[in-house]
Amino acid sequence: MKDKSPPNHWRAFFNTLMENIRNFSIIAHIDHGKSTLADRLIQFTGVCNERNFQDQMLDNMDIERERGITIKSNAISLPYRAKDGKEYILNLIDTPGHVDFSYEVSRSLASCEGVLLLIDAAQGVQAQTLANLYLAMEHNLAIIPIINKIDLPSADIERVLEEIDSELGLDPDTHIKCSAKEGTGIEDVLEAIVLRIPPPKGDAENPLAALIFDAHYDSFRGTIIHCRVFEGTVKSGDIIKFMHNGTTYKVEEVGHFLLTRTKREKLSAGDVGYIIAGVKTVADVRTGDTLTLQERPCSQPLPGFKEVKPVVFASIYPIASDDYQDLADSLDKFKLNDASFIYEKDSSAALGQGFRCGFLGLLHLDIVQERLEREYDLSIILSVPSVRYRFTLKDGKVVYVDNPTHYPDPAEIAMGEEPYIRAAMMLPERYLGTVMKLCMEKRGVNSNMNYTGPGRVELSYEMPLAEVIFDFYDRFKSVTQGYGSFDYNIIDYRESNLVLMDILVNGEKVDALSQIVHRDRARARGLNACDRLKEEIPRQMFKIAIQGAIGGEIIARSTISAFRKDVTAKCYGGDISRKRKLLEKQKAGKKRMKMIGSVSIPQSAFLAVLKSDND
Amino acid sequence: MKNDQAGLYIHIPFCLSKCGYCSFYSISSVHLIPEFIKAVAGEMAFYKNTFHAFDTIYLGGGTPSLLSVQQIDDILKAVNNNFNIEQHSEITIEVNPGDVSLEYLQQLRKLGINRLNIGIQSFDDPVLKFLGRRHTSKEAVFAFDAARKAGFDNIGIDLIYGLSGQDIDVWKQTLKETLSFFPEHLSCYQLSLDEKTPLYKQYKKEGLKLTVENEALDFFMTTSQILTDAGYIHYEVSNFARTDSLKSRHNMKYWRHTPYLGLGPAAHSFLDCKRWWNKAAVKPYLKDISEGKKPVEKSEQLSTKQLALEALFLGMRTKDGINFELYKKRYGSDLLADKRPIIDELIKNNLIELKNDSLCPTLAGMAVADSLALI
Ligand SMILES: Nc1nc2c(ncn2[C@@H]2O[C@H](COP(=O)(O)OP(=O)(O)OP(=O)(O)O)[C@@H](O)[C@H]2O)c(=O)[nH]1
Ligand code: SF4
Ligand SMILES: [Mg+2]
Repeated sequence: MKDKSPPNHWRAFFNTLMENIRNFSIIAHIDHGKSTLADRLIQFTGVCNERNFQDQMLDNMDIERERGITIKSNAISLPYRAKDGKEYILNLIDTPGHVDFSYEVSRSLASCEGVLLLIDAAQGVQAQTLANLYLAMEHNLAIIPIINKIDLPSADIERVLEEIDSELGLDPDTHIKCSAKEGTGIEDVLEAIVLRIPPPKGDAENPLAALIFDAHYDSFRGTIIHCRVFEGTVKSGDIIKFMHNGTTYKVEEVGHFLLTRTKREKLSAGDVGYIIAGVKTVADVRTGDTLTLQERPCSQPLPGFKEVKPVVFASIYPIASDDYQDLADSLDKFKLNDASFIYEKDSSAALGQGFRCGFLGLLHLDIVQERLEREYDLSIILSVPSVRYRFTLKDGKVVYVDNPTHYPDPAEIAMGEEPYIRAAMMLPERYLGTVMKLCMEKRGVNSNMNYTGPGRVELSYEMPLAEVIFDFYDRFKSVTQGYGSFDYNIIDYRESNLVLMDILVNGEKVDALSQIVHRDRARARGLNACDRLKEEIPRQMFKIAIQGAIGGEIIARSTISAFRKDVTAKCYGGDISRKRKLLEKQKAGKKRMKMIGSVSIPQSAFLAVLKSDND
Repeated sequence: MKNDQAGLYIHIPFCLSKCGYCSFYSISSVHLIPEFIKAVAGEMAFYKNTFHAFDTIYLGGGTPSLLSVQQIDDILKAVNNNFNIEQHSEITIEVNPGDVSLEYLQQLRKLGINRLNIGIQSFDDPVLKFLGRRHTSKEAVFAFDAARKAGFDNIGIDLIYGLSGQDIDVWKQTLKETLSFFPEHLSCYQLSLDEKTPLYKQYKKEGLKLTVENEALDFFMTTSQILTDAGYIHYEVSNFARTDSLKSRHNMKYWRHTPYLGLGPAAHSFLDCKRWWNKAAVKPYLKDISEGKKPVEKSEQLSTKQLALEALFLGMRTKDGINFELYKKRYGSDLLADKRPIIDELIKNNLIELKNDSLCPTLAGMAVADSLALI
């Protein structure tokens, strides 16, 4: 692509008028076909030829392709000659769908003027359809409802149209039908983008105001900033300034995202593109921050900036202590590309040297763990995750504790507090009873309820963050059978009767299994932890006692009985190899376990402790 | 050291019919026996410069007792022509009770065979039938008496327990009858079914189960109890001997990484960190040898790590356990230092003990030897 002159219709890239730009995103309930539609749009506009094409074009990471989920926002510019004969640039921004990344999503949507709201013709309107629609409405975006998968025999277009009207409150006459899989209706979609999504506003002559909606790390060029320019112009050689902290950098290159990064002379109001400016790590860039020029700054940053802070903390340890340095190096590299991931050195009596890490939520934690294992070939163990608590000591000092190992001396604590959130849920009325029950069980207070449409309610609760991140989301989804959507934001710290609960395995305290819990919950949590561990820790040659304790007091226990016979009668003559191979296999399985004292504890046990057995 | 002398195994791959539980390699085409005997002699020639001397010879199978005295003599002559056989070698042959007459056994004794292993399996006729054996308990009694009369003073008996629904009392009765013969050696194998065996298929079809863990442990412990009470040494998971000198010297080579040469189809050999095995098929075996090729199927060079794992799992199956010094010398790691916490826990739980600079499984430990190997 670099060595050939671009096709004719790409000349739009070299002299775009703002009125010929469209910035949009595709939003949908999970699996309704976002990635497939994006693929078709990419193919139709010819930005990539058959040879370069691959499914899920925009999901770059292995883990995204495998799990079929989008973790990182991604942008691509599509050149399109519309039926009106004019050349357009359609900037498509793809977004992740999970609440852990909801701030990123909101910044991506803030970079657009419109969205394609995709609805599966067989499944109809689902929870995330609604939740995403609301998000788009918050940003005053043009909304184009698209009914996808019309090729399915089970497609029921009439019903979907009815739902678009009654549940989404959109004009059903404005819909477009397509099959992303078979490629039908794609041109209609493209035409609708041109005709119904307004062009960006702004003035290329104004002081620069560009919204950073993402950043990624490139080993040759450093940090690549993804941004949407709202006002002004930026070009190489400019000195840019991050408005939230005033740091400045000299721009090395700007450009568009085609199939690869494609350099341009400048980015101007209305453009979506990238900036390379010698920024070392993505951590030096804040999603949602405003970029301006040092010489002629804009008067105020674009709205909506928020410093995203990790809310879940856990320690990572190598299973084999020899791998510590490898782990340290890998985290270093990993951090380059994940600004929301933070870490520092830590050590555990039971697990040795490791790192304390902060995450946006449990999915983020899960992804970091998997990527570390997969991309860096590490075997690691995570301690039981925790939120960050606040303690006021008797001497007046205030300490924040996100690691149960650093729990203050109980005799010194004057007051303990834990973070609270406001949870916003949307669900069909028929699930109201069970969801309310679940929220109360999770110590929810100050509920609020609102009918948003016939049979649909919006429900909010104030709840301790600790209750929400651990096992709430899964259970909420299961009790609403997938029809509920959920979002939250942190509101404040509230006083709480906290205690430290330790877990003893065969009489030995395993600090990585300790939790800070509400006293009223301690016994239940302790029992639950003991039961989960009983399930997760395989039987060994001797009996294993598992105990939950507060201070010296045992509050819960379970026992894993020993297995007493496993030897096979015969080693077939000289065929020792056969038996050895069997044992080698078993041994490889044991590699994923950590020997603590004399007990092998599998990796899965540390996270399982937080799962309840209600589902 | 005497134990470092190599062992020679010769696999006689013929049986008149297949026992239901058996996963050893054998075929019923007995007309191939003469050709096979020539081939085995040919195979010996390949190794005459690699293995010099042996102090154990084991004729196993299959059914060695299908061979005539003359044929066995031919094999042993070939052995003597190709290798040095130490003076007090242990020379064993496996026999099936139904095959042997007093005269046959007397002849074997004359050939210098000094140890007999009789595949009796059970003294209960329904059990024998179920297992697909070709002999009856009466024939078993006869075979043992004949062996004694023929002058064998080192006789081993193979038994099997742990069939579906087997009552432990039936098993105790078999043990009791066995003890009345006062054999020098006993192998009591718990039935474990390979997927390829007919009995396995039958078990699956009829939904039968092998003894489950607790029951299996009960059989194992009871067997050990009865036999040690009767004066036997329980020296390996499935093996018992009346005295130290009556342990199977040949089998112990397998467990100690002592070199051994296996001849015949499917036989395994071990020398200098290398293990190789022959093709498990008579015809290709014969063909290779006739073309002057070793009939080897595959060989593997064992890493120190692999050898160490083998030493662990084999050692944990034996009463003598694992000698720290020897282990360190051979495999380069200090077991005691590396595994102290778990070793302490296992000692506390009475699964292993430290004696004679060795890590030895207790009886309860032997029952979980596979796991002990993975500490
Ligand atoms: N029959 C049919 N299947 C489709 C169509 N579009 C997408 N699919 C299938 O639906 C499944 C989900 O499609 P994706 O494009 O991965 O959906 P997505 O919205 O990106 O999913 P998430 O990223 O997990 O939210 C895949 O198996 C697609 O092949 C369509 O038009 N017709
Ligand atoms: S158990 Fe012995 S006799 Fe029976 S088939 Fe197997 S090798 Fe032959
Ligand atoms: Mg997708």
